[in-house]
Amino acid sequence: MEEKLTLFKNRKRFGIEKNIDIIFKNTALVLSSFVAIILLGIILVVFFQSFESFSRYGLKFLVTSEWNPVKDEYGAFTAIYGTLVTSFLSLLITIPLGVGTAIFITEDFVPKVVREIIGSFVELLAAIPSVVLGLWAIFVMEPFFRAFFVFLHNFFGWIPLFSTEPTGRNSLLAILILVVMLLPIVTSIARDSLNQVPKKLRNAAYGIGASRWKTIFSVILPAALSGIMAGVLLALGRAMGETMAVTMIIGNSNAFSWSLLSPGYTISSMLANQFGEADGSQVSSLFYAAFVLMILSLVVNIFAQWLVKKFSLKY
Amino acid sequence: MNSLYYQKRLSRNIGDKFFTSLSVICALIAILPLIFLVTYILIKGGSQITPELFKLEPNPPGDDLDAGGINPALIGTLIITTIASIIAIPVGVGGGIYLAEYSKGGAFSRFIRFGVNVLAGVPSIIAGVFIYALIVSTKILFGSMYSGLAGGMALSILMLPTVIKTTDEGLKLVPNELRYASLGVGASMYTTILKVTLPSAFRSIATGVVLGIARAAGETAPLIFTALFSYYYITGFGDLFYEMGSLAVLIYNFALEPYDAQNKLAWAASFILVLSILSVNIFSRILAAFTEKTKRV
Repeated sequence: MEEKLTLFKNRKRFGIEKNIDIIFKNTALVLSSFVAIILLGIILVVFFQSFESFSRYGLKFLVTSEWNPVKDEYGAFTAIYGTLVTSFLSLLITIPLGVGTAIFITEDFVPKVVREIIGSFVELLAAIPSVVLGLWAIFVMEPFFRAFFVFLHNFFGWIPLFSTEPTGRNSLLAILILVVMLLPIVTSIARDSLNQVPKKLRNAAYGIGASRWKTIFSVILPAALSGIMAGVLLALGRAMGETMAVTMIIGNSNAFSWSLLSPGYTISSMLANQFGEADGSQVSSLFYAAFVLMILSLVVNIFAQWLVKKFSLKY
Repeated sequence: MNSLYYQKRLSRNIGDKFFTSLSVICALIAILPLIFLVTYILIKGGSQITPELFKLEPNPPGDDLDAGGINPALIGTLIITTIASIIAIPVGVGGGIYLAEYSKGGAFSRFIRFGVNVLAGVPSIIAGVFIYALIVSTKILFGSMYSGLAGGMALSILMLPTVIKTTDEGLKLVPNELRYASLGVGASMYTTILKVTLPSAFRSIATGVVLGIARAAGETAPLIFTALFSYYYITGFGDLFYEMGSLAVLIYNFALEPYDAQNKLAWAASFILVLSILSVNIFSRILAAFTEKTKRV
């Protein structure tokens, strides 16, 4: 008995090993809290840096479009309007295209191999850096669409959206390059949520005599709607924050215009253009604009996450 | 009797045909840009590739016809992404280990997982703005302002969510039996994680991390006012504290130059960037498909 107890005693863990275990756990804990620290740090730093501009202009900053470093007058309406218009319009084009592609990939119109190749092609599109897309937009897309824009202006010039003479880079080109960037996001998320719809539902719909597209529209799409919506919101957040491709093609002009065929501005392109050379209260105003952009994308992202949690499929 | 056969003219069949062709058109429109883009870059950029390109400094834009090479930018991209990886991989893997192995689904871990998703959605230019305010404008790094180090830090913020997520998800896929077995024979928690669970999740974590690095290598927005750009060779360790060029910023700067020689250099840089990113992506996809097959056997 005595002997057994000593044996047991000796097989206890060494103190040092216990300590290592505790240290390891706490290190992991600290490292995981870095995410929260960085996130809060970003919000606080951007907020405090914009404080000067915020106290000077208040909410007027959001609705005036004067941006004049010489007179020290700042207002970001053009950029905020540009951000919202480019992202919403590009999303409007992307949603039907992306969902249509996702349906094509998940239905069995063509053999599985072909569908998988198309699916991974679309996902590869997401891997191409946005600065390369911008380069392509400048040298390939802009000349390609020039004639079309002139046509748009000549025939639909009475609509305010097309009321200016197209001269090179403009907001509509930015919208089109955003479509190229958002398509992979919307398509891959829509595909995943369509794939998650259980086969039972489809078979039941076929069994009572519904045609293929009746099944898709009345059964499968409604069942996958929440996932698709979340993907759309993520894409919206991406579109609002997208910088390089948009900066390179939108023309960067702070003069406000309703027309999509005139050069425009977005918050992120304004930051990319002016941050390096700004000084004085211009820096603070740029931080203010960055703060607005961050709040916009935070709201969209948090709403997307809430949507996923709230309406995730419960089959 | 007739109703047993497929009738072309029935409105539901016509409608089905119509929507089927519509979705085919959607798929075509979705993949056409990629095919155009990749072939254009490969042809236009590939034709600019010469051995000198990898050796020379870029010439400052001007009327001279020769634009030089992209050596400093290429090395700069490698250095900046390495710095970003050195910061983001340990922090991300450590954080992922905590989430997957230690946390019990309480408020803290839910908050961190939420934070990871939010951080992943923060616009990349905001990461640059943050590092600018924190490091560049305060000259906190031994008095240097724009530097490769600051650029690497900005990129690491973008890599961090990807690394944490892949570690978290990779570890969660490891069957619990392995953990029970290891703890059952008397191994401590950290031995279990380092010797059993991490190695068995290694491949999926590595794939995710490599994809994250590839994404970071193409990021431009966080670099344009943290690392800025440089025309000169990187010669030593001290250059970390000065402006550093990168392929992505080179493409941005030279695409907007009015000179043809600089534009061509931008195409060549795009060729190298796209080729390396696409090959990393395709390779990791094949690897992932391969491991999935072997796992099921």
